[in-house]
Amino acid sequence: MSAWIDNNFPLVFLALLDGSVTAFVLALIALGLSLVFGVMRVVNVAHGEFFMLGAVLAWACFHFTGNMPLLGFLLALIVAPVFVGGLAMLSDRLILHRIQYNPESTIVATIGLLYIIQQLVLTFFGPEARPVEAPIYFRVQFPWFGYSGYKLIVAGLSGVLLLGTWFLMVRSKLGLYMRATQQDAETARTFGVPTKSVYSKVFAIGAGLAALAGVLVVPIRQADYLMGLEPLLLSFIVVIIGGLGSLRGTLVAAFIVGISDGFISVFYEPTLAKMLATVLVAAVLVLKPTGLFGEEIR
Amino acid sequence: MTENEKKATPVQEEQKTELSRRSLFGATAAVAGAGVLASQLTDPIARTAYAAGSDAPIRIGFQVHRTGIGATYGKWYERTTNAAAKYINDLGGMGGRPVEIVAEDDGTDPKRGADVVEKFATQHKVDFVYGTLFSHVVMGSSPRAGELKIPYFVVSEGHHVASGKLNRYVFQPCITEVPSQIYAVSKWMFSNLGKKVAVIYPDYAFGYDHRDYSMEAAKKNGGTIAAQIPIPPTETSFTRYFTKIPRDTDVIYHVMVGPGVLTFVREMGEHFGSRRPEIFGFIDSLEGVDINSPGLDFLDGTYFWEAMPRYADGYPTAAEKVYRDAVGVNASGASKSDSKDVSTYSHMFGCWETMFAIREAVEQSGYRNKRDYPALIETMEGFTGFNEGIAHPQGPKVFNGKNHQCYGNQFISKVAGGKLNVVHRTSIEDGMYDSDVDYTKMSL
Repeated sequence: MSAWIDNNFPLVFLALLDGSVTAFVLALIALGLSLVFGVMRVVNVAHGEFFMLGAVLAWACFHFTGNMPLLGFLLALIVAPVFVGGLAMLSDRLILHRIQYNPESTIVATIGLLYIIQQLVLTFFGPEARPVEAPIYFRVQFPWFGYSGYKLIVAGLSGVLLLGTWFLMVRSKLGLYMRATQQDAETARTFGVPTKSVYSKVFAIGAGLAALAGVLVVPIRQADYLMGLEPLLLSFIVVIIGGLGSLRGTLVAAFIVGISDGFISVFYEPTLAKMLATVLVAAVLVLKPTGLFGEEIR
Repeated sequence: MTENEKKATPVQEEQKTELSRRSLFGATAAVAGAGVLASQLTDPIARTAYAAGSDAPIRIGFQVHRTGIGATYGKWYERTTNAAAKYINDLGGMGGRPVEIVAEDDGTDPKRGADVVEKFATQHKVDFVYGTLFSHVVMGSSPRAGELKIPYFVVSEGHHVASGKLNRYVFQPCITEVPSQIYAVSKWMFSNLGKKVAVIYPDYAFGYDHRDYSMEAAKKNGGTIAAQIPIPPTETSFTRYFTKIPRDTDVIYHVMVGPGVLTFVREMGEHFGSRRPEIFGFIDSLEGVDINSPGLDFLDGTYFWEAMPRYADGYPTAAEKVYRDAVGVNASGASKSDSKDVSTYSHMFGCWETMFAIREAVEQSGYRNKRDYPALIETMEGFTGFNEGIAHPQGPKVFNGKNHQCYGNQFISKVAGGKLNVVHRTSIEDGMYDSDVDYTKMSL
């Protein structure tokens, strides 16, 4: 075993590195989805579009600042979550609240939202993929191969945002309200928790996290109106494996999916990695429908 | 009967516009009318009618990738097509009739492609369908064009037309296809860059042409293919694919398409840095992308196949200049109005040239309406090539009427000083091969 690792160390290292970067970004995107489901019991199919909006807004900020990468990036870090969070809050008040968060209706409603956002972006932003320059660009040379320095920054910033969210959940009053609503919305209400506003805020935070992920990722790839679909699928995979509504589960699952994706991709085929992740979802749904860390839904 | 039909058509076309009248007379009246009117063609009134009928535009249904993974190409295909239509109309149109472009988005989707072809034929009632690029869309759309018996001119690069898998209604008259490109450039690649080659290609029809024919070309030129690496066209992360390239590889041969091309090239640079093998790419990996984008410095000293040089000094002919001006592209290959908007210069000339090829076929066959499709197709099949000039600025073409495919020159360019510099131009013969495909044996 150790001889094998010695022989294949560069590949193992790359798999771990690339897998971890994937895992951090995935965790950040999936966290919003998990949060929204956990607290609101809403399956938000439009989650990927919030990610895409974040990326598109990052492009807009980059453009607005006269193509100054660092300034545009910093501006986008503020503008994207505020705008997308605001949009999500509005959608909650105007759509989800009015259909009383009925599970089936919310799925249909968020599918509608997905298409509305996608088509609006197509109309105003256009169909092509537009590049955004990275705020800090450098290449890290390892003995065997090089790697994008910005990708490492993305992983680090995702980690900071994950920590921040955790801090919000366990240390703030809103976090307390959120956890209370998640455990039992009705009881929380009787104890004076303003669940209606908690719902709006959770939906906004979930969308804002996705938008931030979009801002971080866009310099690695490019902004285009269809980019929300893949992260949506991956987020669902992560959230189902981790257990719907469990933040800890989401984190663990993001790392299982990310790292295994890295290893399978490097040693076998990237397509095989996606297939196996899908098989894993099916297995989880059959063997442990609540996911690794999910609780029974009351 | 064919003779009668031919002569009667202008009048029938007039009738077509008045559906109620036609249905009132019924089929019998139309057939009887055809017989009578055939003799009236020499009559002054009939001639006026013919002149009036000929003013109706020739409608070309343009199947365009406005959205989906082909959007960047689609945008430039549309600009080129409109420029060609304008140029042709300024010359007096096709056979004295103005050209009208009817564009429909197919979403770069094979299923929608087939629907768009049907819509063109049955709703828009266009004369021809034209302009498809992505090979899976061509594969999905061509059978429908064959069933509807409407001529379908593609600008796709894929081998599908020449392979004999499609039908007699599909032509690719003005853009060369992948096997021919590979045969032409690989001769240079194997003798100048190295013998051991790793091929990276998109995981669908167009990419498979690259996979299969690079193998053949390696055999021909005494090279070996060290690795074949398919990448899904919607992929967004590429680093992991580069680990599959063996360390002793002499040359990386890459061809990528889709929204991730810039990321692909950049991550290739990040992975290999200065300790890279030789790199030979098909310009598809960089079409629509500024070669001076951040992170692409490592491309310096690498080579690209180009069908038509992006930079004006690569192939400075008078015709090329006229074409470049007409499509609104500057000397660096970007839009004249936005230097960030880089064109798909190695593909879009195919639209311009195909429009002129259609014009040629319309005029030589005396095409007037649908009934002349057989004549138009047979005329096109009789073409043996196209001369270089404003109608064909990329260079002369040899056309094989049996497999409906053209053959032409290719360019090899080296990246230096932040631009592409032509280092070699292949001959037409370099890209020729034996083909036993014969669409002319199919019935019309």
